[in-house]
Amino acid sequence: MLDRREFVRQLLIDRGDLLVVPGLGSATYDVAAAGDHPLNFYLWGAMGGTAMIGLGLALAQPERRVAVLTGDGDLLMGLGSLATIGVKQPDNLVIVVLDNARYGETGMQPSATENGIDLVAMALACRFKHARAVTRLHEAAEVRTLLHEGKGPILVNAKIKAEDTPRVLPLRDGHAIKQRFIEALNSA
Amino acid sequence: MHTPVDIEASWPDAIYAQFRRVGIRQVGYVPDAGHSRLIALCCDDPHIADVVLTTEEEGVGLVAGAALGGQRAALLMQSSGVGNCINMFSLLRNCGFGCVVLVTMRGEFGEFNPWQVPMGTITEDVLRLSGFLTYRVDGADTVDDIVGAGCDMAFDGNLQVAILLSQRLIGRKQWTR
Repeated sequence: MLDRREFVRQLLIDRGDLLVVPGLGSATYDVAAAGDHPLNFYLWGAMGGTAMIGLGLALAQPERRVAVLTGDGDLLMGLGSLATIGVKQPDNLVIVVLDNARYGETGMQPSATENGIDLVAMALACRFKHARAVTRLHEAAEVRTLLHEGKGPILVNAKIKAEDTPRVLPLRDGHAIKQRFIEALNSA
Repeated sequence: MHTPVDIEASWPDAIYAQFRRVGIRQVGYVPDAGHSRLIALCCDDPHIADVVLTTEEEGVGLVAGAALGGQRAALLMQSSGVGNCINMFSLLRNCGFGCVVLVTMRGEFGEFNPWQVPMGTITEDVLRLSGFLTYRVDGADTVDDIVGAGCDMAFDGNLQVAILLSQRLIGRKQWTR
């Protein structure tokens, strides 16, 4: 099982102009803890929508790489989006699920993945080009390569420890997060 | 022989022309009979990415992602789909993402299926409560004007605009009993 903070930190080393969409809750805190960046579109709500924001962005910016980093609860709420993404086959989109099999923000209640629901199999059934589970930190380098070079759509199910981590709170004003992102993308 | 333009049948073409005018590049939709011609026009256009959604709220995320990437997007749905979007609409309002939603109405004029009525009768209120400007189209001759104005407000002002295409415009669903 992975230490989520260290895993995300390693994924975002030398990120270049990677576009990062972290899902609400711990994924947003993990990405902020790895270092604030204008090309992070932090979510504080819109649960279930993170993967679809990634799709819209990937379609709009086909020459850039888009990484969605989100929790199992967020992805489970929008499972249909795996089918939607599978239809469009964006080759520049990678989804990393930080899967602690828990709803961490609300008291660590078990999620469907705790009960054997298999996100990797779902992604493959939805015509993702590649999907795999990772459980060890040394695999972070391979996942980082997938983020920058892998032919998408790709889903990585990162099995992380169920633990409370200190909250690292980035920008919360949606207009400011959006505007900063767009300005950085236009100048990158 | 002169063939008059059938404005009653060609209102989806007027919407499509407005999409082209304002540069819509992504269209998310859950299929609806009333939108079938517009969907076909968008799918045939290589400048528009057509995205068939499994549920309408996915489209809200799509619009946000498109806007982050510098593209304008529109959503097509039936009135029942508006209810599926309520929480996700907060993304548009929180961040000021311009958005045009074209809603084909069910559950109003001459509705055959009572199961459409509860959502159809609250659709416009739900949209307003969710932060949308709403405009209603009852006749084919006003489609172009209203859709054009709605698109301009949405994308010039980063506003959320919903255009309700009434059941009188679309025509009653024909049922085989």
